Amino acid sequence: MPRFRRWTICLAAVSLYACGGGGGSGGGSVSGPSVAATTGSVYASGGANVVSVTVGPGPSAGGSSFNVPYTSVTVCVNATNSCTTVDHVLVDTGSTGLRLMASALNGLPLAPESDPSMSGNTIAECLPFADGYTWGSVVRAAIIIGGESASDVPVQIIDDNAGFSPAVPAGCTSNGSSLDSVAAFSANGVLGVSLFSQDCGRYCTQSTGNYDWYYSCTDSSCHSTLEALDSQVVNPVVLFGADNNGVILQLPSIPATGAATATGYLVFGIGTESNNSLGSATVLSANASTGDFTTTYGAQMLSGSFIDSGSNGLFFVDSTIASCSSSVGAQFYCPPSTLDLSATDQGNNGNTSTVSFQVANLSRLSDANFARDDVAGGASSIAGLGSGYFDWGLPFFYGRTVYVAIEGQTAGGTVGPYFAF
Amino acid sequence: MFSAAQAAGARILWLFGVVASPALAYLGGDASSVSADRVALRGERSDQSMLQYDLHVITAATGTVVNEYTSRDNRVFAITWQGPTPPDLRALFGAYFPGFQSAAAAGAATRAGAHRQLSLVQADFVFRAAGHARAFRGRAYVPSLVPAGVAADDLP
Repeated sequence: MPRFRRWTICLAAVSLYACGGGGGSGGGSVSGPSVAATTGSVYASGGANVVSVTVGPGPSAGGSSFNVPYTSVTVCVNATNSCTTVDHVLVDTGSTGLRLMASALNGLPLAPESDPSMSGNTIAECLPFADGYTWGSVVRAAIIIGGESASDVPVQIIDDNAGFSPAVPAGCTSNGSSLDSVAAFSANGVLGVSLFSQDCGRYCTQSTGNYDWYYSCTDSSCHSTLEALDSQVVNPVVLFGADNNGVILQLPSIPATGAATATGYLVFGIGTESNNSLGSATVLSANASTGDFTTTYGAQMLSGSFIDSGSNGLFFVDSTIASCSSSVGAQFYCPPSTLDLSATDQGNNGNTSTVSFQVANLSRLSDANFARDDVAGGASSIAGLGSGYFDWGLPFFYGRTVYVAIEGQTAGGTVGPYFAF
Repeated sequence: MFSAAQAAGARILWLFGVVASPALAYLGGDASSVSADRVALRGERSDQSMLQYDLHVITAATGTVVNEYTSRDNRVFAITWQGPTPPDLRALFGAYFPGFQSAAAAGAATRAGAHRQLSLVQADFVFRAAGHARAFRGRAYVPSLVPAGVAADDLP
């Protein structure tokens, strides 16, 4: 049985890293002695609320990027045993909701969400990203992740195989380029487990006519529509029967030179089971509107900062660090020698945590290592907007246990939204 | 500050007087069309006159704030935005939109793992954006239209 076989491989990988990576070998971006063991459990023994996450090669259907954390999600036609398991789904703390590539569904006939205000029409979505959009129908499905499940979950099916017939509306293509492909994400889907419950929130219940997220479609055309909160694509965690107030993502420490793969855990719930207590983690409350906190890096006070497992590096502005050549990726930093740096995070609740990290020369890290600590790059220069940012991407997670508590929910005694680590 | 009535009046004059103009304000476009943008964005508008430029702030019904900057020769040279959803960039970028779209598409497959930001620097168009759940921010400007002494990357 494929699931069983994969699980066995994962456990073997964990053992390997527990033995090989635990020696404090420079530890990459791990903040001094503050490694996983100080906050949170070790999840190797599993549990109904635990699913493994692997940073490794991408799906064979296309693309392969480093530092992309994958898990598997089973989707089913509601109230049936008609299911398929999608592997290589990106675990993303920076977006909200489950999105799966149509090509990865093996033709599973999931029920489109119908438009309650226009009989016969179905709902589609154009989710904005900073660099483009994903377009496709919204369906209702039952989902199973590890031992957790929920039914009737609104899920976006990204139209990567032109199986969804209406043309992409002009209002959607206004946000730049299509990201409707396995290659664009190096993944078969995205599991968005952010601080928020719905992807759009109240904005999509109030107004259309700007950049619109939701559309009501016939077979041939779509028009923008309002979408009620409980019909929006949802953070699936909030629909679980238990363990529904947030997630924990824990990745092992890896050597500064990287590792071929790294396997950690996605844990559902915070303070709901014996294995997911908040412990002594520092809670950084996030801005309830934006999900951001403040990072101070040198003289920069960056109030738009966030922790994002969907970013494959740490991204921040430092004009003194050399960029890589375009063949390596000009968006990344390639300093002559590895830099030891630090920054201080401050939550809206006043709590602070100083994080040490390293920036290596990306061109010297092996392409064979899909897990790479010490990767960083520049940020978009938007500090003039009063909300410059430090994007604490996947390297931040190596050697840490990171808690993501959902807005309005009490998790470990503190109300979300917050990050903790 | 324009009152709503003044803004509406300006729009009517504009509709009758400059029929050939495009319907929206856009980068490189005429400043008089900013009021059309307010209508398109279903927003509230306020205007401030600065030393080297005028700033037109449009707060869309979605909560997204769009700042449009016009030079003393009355052209939109920069646009910035911030809010829970991005604005309609096709409307705001005008003639610069096709170039933006193709440049954004060119690198899409190499940005796996990096969809939270995008910087495009072309000869006469600069785009910088960042975004994650509930927080989208960005700016675009036309370097050749930026007034001397104005740092377009520092505009709020």
